Amino acid sequence: MLKKRYFYDRLGSALTLFCASLVIVLTVSIIYFISSKGIATFISDGVSLREFLFSTQWWPDRPRAEGGPQLGALSMIIGSVLVSLFAVGISAPLGIVVAVFLVEIAPGWGQRVLQPAVELLAGIPSVVYGYIGLSLLVPFIRDNIGGGGFSLLAGFLVLSVMILPTIISVSADSIKALHIEWKHASLALGATRWQTIRMVLVPAARSGLITAVVLGLARAFGEALAVQMVIGNTRQIPTSILDPMMTLTSAITMDMGATIAGTPWNNALWSMGLILLLMSLFFIMLIRVVVRRGVAQ
Amino acid sequence: MKSKLFLVLLLIGVLMGAVVGCGGQSDQKEEGHEQTQQEQTGGSKGSITAVGSSALQPLVEEAANQFMAKNPEAQIVVQGGGSGTGLSQVAQGASDIGNSDVFAEEKLTPEEAKGLVDHQVCVVGMAAVVHPDITVDNVTKQQLIDIFTGKITNWKEIGGPDVKVTLVNRPKSSGTRATFKAFALDGAEEASGIEQDSSGTVRKIINETPGAIGYLAFSYLDGSVKALKLDGVEPAAENIYTGDYPIWAYEHMYTRGEPTGLAKDFLDYMMSDEVQKTLVPELGYLPATEMKVKRDAEGNVSQK
Repeated sequence: MLKKRYFYDRLGSALTLFCASLVIVLTVSIIYFISSKGIATFISDGVSLREFLFSTQWWPDRPRAEGGPQLGALSMIIGSVLVSLFAVGISAPLGIVVAVFLVEIAPGWGQRVLQPAVELLAGIPSVVYGYIGLSLLVPFIRDNIGGGGFSLLAGFLVLSVMILPTIISVSADSIKALHIEWKHASLALGATRWQTIRMVLVPAARSGLITAVVLGLARAFGEALAVQMVIGNTRQIPTSILDPMMTLTSAITMDMGATIAGTPWNNALWSMGLILLLMSLFFIMLIRVVVRRGVAQ
Repeated sequence: MKSKLFLVLLLIGVLMGAVVGCGGQSDQKEEGHEQTQQEQTGGSKGSITAVGSSALQPLVEEAANQFMAKNPEAQIVVQGGGSGTGLSQVAQGASDIGNSDVFAEEKLTPEEAKGLVDHQVCVVGMAAVVHPDITVDNVTKQQLIDIFTGKITNWKEIGGPDVKVTLVNRPKSSGTRATFKAFALDGAEEASGIEQDSSGTVRKIINETPGAIGYLAFSYLDGSVKALKLDGVEPAAENIYTGDYPIWAYEHMYTRGEPTGLAKDFLDYMMSDEVQKTLVPELGYLPATEMKVKRDAEGNVSQK
């Protein structure tokens, strides 16, 4: 009897260990694959890292005799950064305020109505967001604000709606997790509800809120489809929010099927993928640091 | 602690072994699959894959369905993925047929392209299209080049309404763009404009954006956008057959070496009257058999 139990115990632990190592192997091999493909641009195609990161000249199909291929991804890198930062700029304040409302102001109907609404927002597929943006937002901007409609503005508006659920739910969770005594103590000291929220709850939940914002930023940075449909995909650095532009993700999706594996053009797409991967690793590290600091306090 | 570490290493080892093992197995399967293909000559059974061009995919898919209905033992798997994918897959031997909008020589290195056999199954015509409110009906080639290179920026410069020109391009890697650039713009580099990776979206944008101009395959012309005449020649099938209208390209199905077995049967079927006379025009392509001119990979046109 005891032996049997012992056997099951070992079996269970072996099984979980197997699953855990499967995930590790998967992650490591994906990172290895993308890195090896992405580095090929610099090693076998002779493109300098400097040119790739800081040049806007993108002529991947130009023959060697005419000075090509030139693979400068700066306009796309800037495009990705701009569209994500603007999106977070809108969603972070909005999302945190909604989270406070959800937890502190109207916990009753907030959780009955607002929570499902936010979850629904998270469940809408990105292609649908893109299609709505293309059909409603782009013509609206063209007719009422100016420019051609396909623009940085359309891109970050669509993105800001898409990352809102992430920011709201992570923020709400972190506010919910605070010790109820802090709130009680603050109120007992005579602080109003506004003072309690502003001076006690939000500062105490700071690391959770920052995590929420970084997660939103990471999602915005990696989003491809919806953004691609509304930004116009023009390889230039936008000088106004009404200019069309291009992101790393949209550059990859537009060209991946029609370029041949092993060519400098295709390798450059992998290098862009590598940049995306490094950025998300950076975001994850950032979150870990923030969370650790929060715990330390 | 040590034993745990050992266990982890062991598991990773087993996992790697499993992955490698699977790879080996599928290799064996592929060999067997090739064998069965070689065994049968003329009998249409077995299984092949045709991968590549999304512009050609609807035709190949439909033809494959008809072919499989007639030959129940044949299995033809048709996949998209783009011309580049199709060409590299067939050159590597990963796919039996590679579908492409462009000549293999244009995308692959000469060594890779050498072993491939070209089957030109149909022709796709393309037209410069504009927003319906543009009153211009006809452009000269020079005007078209000036529009796409950004020299003409307002439609009034060529007798149209006072509206800014908005360029709507396909991505640089697209076969449609390559064809348009080569035969409509004589290779001139396009100015930057909006880019979209599907013809359906391009049509939608041109229909909605005042002053927009782009290019579409004939199969996408549905009246929601206006097709322009080029040097007075209507973009129509008859004018392509005779070589009067220059913006067209072959749709290619490449095989590595001369096709055998099912691949040969299927390609023969693609060129049969059944497909060329009914299915090809039905889906908006032009039958290759009707062409009175031919064009080589360098773009030289000659009478057939």
